[in-house]
Amino acid sequence: MDNAVILAAGSDSPLAPNMWEFFVTLAGFALLFFIVKKFVMPAFEKTFAERTEAIEGGIAKAEAAQAEANAALDEYKQQLVDARTEANRIREEARAEGAQILAELKEKAGSEAARITEQAHVQIEAERQAAVVSLRAEVGALATDLASRIVGESLSDDQRSARVVDRFLADLETQSAGASK
Amino acid sequence: MIALALPATTTDEGFVPPTISDTHYPNILPWGGEYGIWFEAGFGKQMLMIILSVVLISTFFLIASRKGKMVPGKMQFLGEMSYGFVRNSVGKDIIGGKDFMKYVPWLFTAFFFIIVNNLFGAIPGLQLPSFSHPGSAYAIAAIFYILWVGIGIQKHGLRYFKLAVVPSGVPWYILPIVVPIEIISNFLVRPVTHSLRLFATMLAGHLIVMLAGSAIEFMATSGSILLAGTSVLVLGGALAMYMLEILIMVLQAYVFTLLAAIYIEGALNADAH
Repeated sequence: MDNAVILAAGSDSPLAPNMWEFFVTLAGFALLFFIVKKFVMPAFEKTFAERTEAIEGGIAKAEAAQAEANAALDEYKQQLVDARTEANRIREEARAEGAQILAELKEKAGSEAARITEQAHVQIEAERQAAVVSLRAEVGALATDLASRIVGESLSDDQRSARVVDRFLADLETQSAGASK
Repeated sequence: MIALALPATTTDEGFVPPTISDTHYPNILPWGGEYGIWFEAGFGKQMLMIILSVVLISTFFLIASRKGKMVPGKMQFLGEMSYGFVRNSVGKDIIGGKDFMKYVPWLFTAFFFIIVNNLFGAIPGLQLPSFSHPGSAYAIAAIFYILWVGIGIQKHGLRYFKLAVVPSGVPWYILPIVVPIEIISNFLVRPVTHSLRLFATMLAGHLIVMLAGSAIEFMATSGSILLAGTSVLVLGGALAMYMLEILIMVLQAYVFTLLAAIYIEGALNADAH
């Protein structure tokens, strides 16, 4: 075998490193690491954080708006319920008031009617009295007139005739009173 | 290593396959040769691409994150989505807790540093995944090795090493077997696999594309009609591999970041494991 060739190949072993390559790779990695750590990663992480914040902030904002809308809705509902209660209360009050007014009016009308009736009674009584008085006077005159005509003499003596008529009427009254008893 | 060297032993045949050394382009600046064998390679294309990736990633994310609008534009949206992916799907889901944010810049830097450098391998003209060179893979795995061990010590003090290697609930007579296994798997193998997984997948993918490319060139220019016709099949296969490579490039960046997050989480909660 060609020992020289194998030995030559041995010195050129694929596993034998070129130290320049070794150090250039180290330096390249170090430089790249520095750039990545110093500039690239912070920039990316900042963007990621900002994006996360933007998304989460948007969600939070939407949640806040939703909560606000819900609160407003609740408030409106509450107001509606209050308004309904209020309306019911007012209606009830009005109804009660109306009933009271009606009752009052009825009472007033009743009392008015009673008063009018009373007044009418009094008036009727007064008129009756007047009629009685006037009748009594007239009846006396008529009777006197009648009697004078009948007896043919003039009973000009008023005092006497009046006495006669009174007596006559009193008799009539006592008779009628006795009859009514 | 012999298998990898084998192609070089068959140089007498007609087809000369590319070797690992072909993934190392001539130096742009022959620096550091006097520091010994490990520095012999000098300053090359791969390092330019590392620097280019740093410029591209930082420019993109600085512009994307600068405006910070509530409603993001296309670029800001892309930046935020990328950042949010590492922050939430890796950082928050794996590390969790209330202080996962402290570790997000590490994961974020690692994920985009690796994915962009990997995808360089799929871009014509650049066509070199930076992590197919072991130095870079060791470097980035070392960063996380120091990080998670440091987190463990910071969080639990020196007791961290006991917590990390002595699993709870194991009978005492098994401990002599378990503890060395845990030491080897946690503190020795873990950083190695963390780096080699990335490096090996990138190198393998790169080699396949390179191999297919040189094979197509050889077959198409061989003068034989049969070989030239067959090269179309190789081209189809190479395209499929190229697509697979893109998938693996993205996947490996994710796997690396995910494992880093798992290691950090393990160091943070060493007392709970």
